[in-house]
Amino acid sequence: MYVSVTGGERAIAAAHRQLGQARRGDPAIPELSIAQIKAQMTLAVDRVMQEGSLHDPDLAALAIKQARGDLVEAIFLLRAYRTTLPRFGTSEVVKTAAMRVTRRISAIFKDVPGGQVLGQTFDYTHRLLDFSLMDEAEGQGQEEEASRRAAEAVPHPMPGIAAVLDGESLLEAPGDADAGDGAAVADLTRRPLEFPAGRDLRLQALARGDEGFLLALGYSTQRGYGNNHPFVGEIRQGSVAISLVPEELGFPIEIGEIELSECEMVNQFAGAPGKPPQFTRGYGLAFGENERKAMSMALVDRALRARDLGEPVDGPAQDEEFVLYHADNVEAQGFVQHLKLPHYVDFQSELDLVRSIRARFADSDHDGEGEQA
Amino acid sequence: MTSATPLAGYSYAYLDAQTKRMIRRAILKAVAVPGYQVPFGSREMPLPYGWGTGGIQLTAALIGRDDTLKVIDQGADDTTNAVSIRAFFQRTAGVKTTTRTEEASLIQTRHRIPETPLQPGQILVYQVPIPEPLRWLEPRESETRRMHAWAEYGPMHVKLYEDIARHGEIAVSYAYPVMVEGRYLMSPSPIPKFDNPKLHRSPALQLFGAGREKRIYAIPPYSDVRSLDFQDHPFRIEPHGHACALCGSTDSFLNEVVMDDTGKRMHVCSDTDYCTTRRDHLEQGEAAE
Repeated sequence: MYVSVTGGERAIAAAHRQLGQARRGDPAIPELSIAQIKAQMTLAVDRVMQEGSLHDPDLAALAIKQARGDLVEAIFLLRAYRTTLPRFGTSEVVKTAAMRVTRRISAIFKDVPGGQVLGQTFDYTHRLLDFSLMDEAEGQGQEEEASRRAAEAVPHPMPGIAAVLDGESLLEAPGDADAGDGAAVADLTRRPLEFPAGRDLRLQALARGDEGFLLALGYSTQRGYGNNHPFVGEIRQGSVAISLVPEELGFPIEIGEIELSECEMVNQFAGAPGKPPQFTRGYGLAFGENERKAMSMALVDRALRARDLGEPVDGPAQDEEFVLYHADNVEAQGFVQHLKLPHYVDFQSELDLVRSIRARFADSDHDGEGEQA
Repeated sequence: MTSATPLAGYSYAYLDAQTKRMIRRAILKAVAVPGYQVPFGSREMPLPYGWGTGGIQLTAALIGRDDTLKVIDQGADDTTNAVSIRAFFQRTAGVKTTTRTEEASLIQTRHRIPETPLQPGQILVYQVPIPEPLRWLEPRESETRRMHAWAEYGPMHVKLYEDIARHGEIAVSYAYPVMVEGRYLMSPSPIPKFDNPKLHRSPALQLFGAGREKRIYAIPPYSDVRSLDFQDHPFRIEPHGHACALCGSTDSFLNEVVMDDTGKRMHVCSDTDYCTTRRDHLEQGEAAE
């Protein structure tokens, strides 16, 4: 008897049960705690918060646990939660110049006011598996030392590198999108994308965009698909205060502090008729320690400014619709994976159509047989 | 929400009140301009994009406590995704659900229109993957919006003409493009073209939701919906020449089911409610005799 269309409900219940078991794994091994994920998988937590568009380390850690470590799935979980949250305001523009810096480097000047601060980075590690970490008790002392030092912020103020170049007008002034307080900022989670998109909207889309996708696009600009000669003007990481002006008060109050990674790319610009050459900017910003994402974002931001700067638009990274429509991994993973859903009806229609065309083809082929010989 | 909601910590039917209002406004605009794709601030949903988020948002914005919901996928109530969406609304809205087409006030569907004729007052919500009928001819949204504004639909006619020149017929078997009220070219979502005639002058309100693409569009009740064709190649549906192996229907959409590895096939109705109802009637008829 024909049974394949029934039983969907039981099958789903069984699949959920199996998923729960698979998530937990071997019950003889202690269960991962949210606190452990939050404290020891910090970069995963940062990425999930960033692409999930929600700064909440506890919920991001929960999402990672629930998603069995699948970060795109965790991002999806966090987004689906975020969408239910009420909006009670927009913060003041974050002052990254006043950041309590834990890492700060510039690739365009050997030394900069405030100095180069490496901080906690993989950059100069040798990528050799550290077998001492296999033994959980062994690495304990080192880890504590490392985390203690990482927490130490560099005390003195650090002006942004852009300010160093500003004196000679060598670097373009911040654009309208950087206009600051008071300007209404676009929000693609409230309004659908419209083209041409303003830089604020583009930056939001890039901030939420898939790190891997932006990494590849940024990389493609370095390989000639819309090259814009980037230099890392500055990368800084650390904590910044978030301020909000409550309507009933009318003046800003600090509501908390978050960690950010910021990347300011300095790019070449050949100049235009009636305009002397000037360096241009690409900008990236991400929650937590998310340096690769911030850099990729800055490369793609700059690439997407091609049209505004009167440059030819021929690389994929410069194509606004292509980039913005395909950067969101929650959208992309959903639509790719929807191919798993049944398509019986469409396929049936295609079967009937192909048969009909083939039948007609066979007939006409028969007619033309004599000519062919 | 002041009254108790079925799922603790979430609004009735998941979406918050402001979002529902925004979606209802988009629906009103869509109804006012039949076939026009209204951009809307589509939200992230707890189900993945491509799995019905547009339809789910429409349903969430429309569903009231007195509604009776039916959810189908491929015409069937018991396909996994239909089960999952139905369970979502049972959980978040606690509404009554049904598999009977005539009992439902709200029907969410993927890829089919029920065989049982819809009634005035019913709402059919379609899940739409790609709302833009011109997308395969022009990938850019900015360009296709312009084409709609100017009703510049020549390229679509050329495509259909080329099909005829190449294959002897229009090689579109599902998501067959339609003109709504003589103005907007519209994709009916990937329903088989078999279902296209049901779009025309339907007494039900037909709403289309594309979550990932952030568009809502509508066919108000009794609207003219014409499937594109040519005078010498009129739109028609080829008879499939089979009868349902379960209920004997020869005029419903049938799915081919592979029975074994020797290639044996049987055909059964894709609309499970239609098929079951027919079988019940047949049994009752036999019992009466």
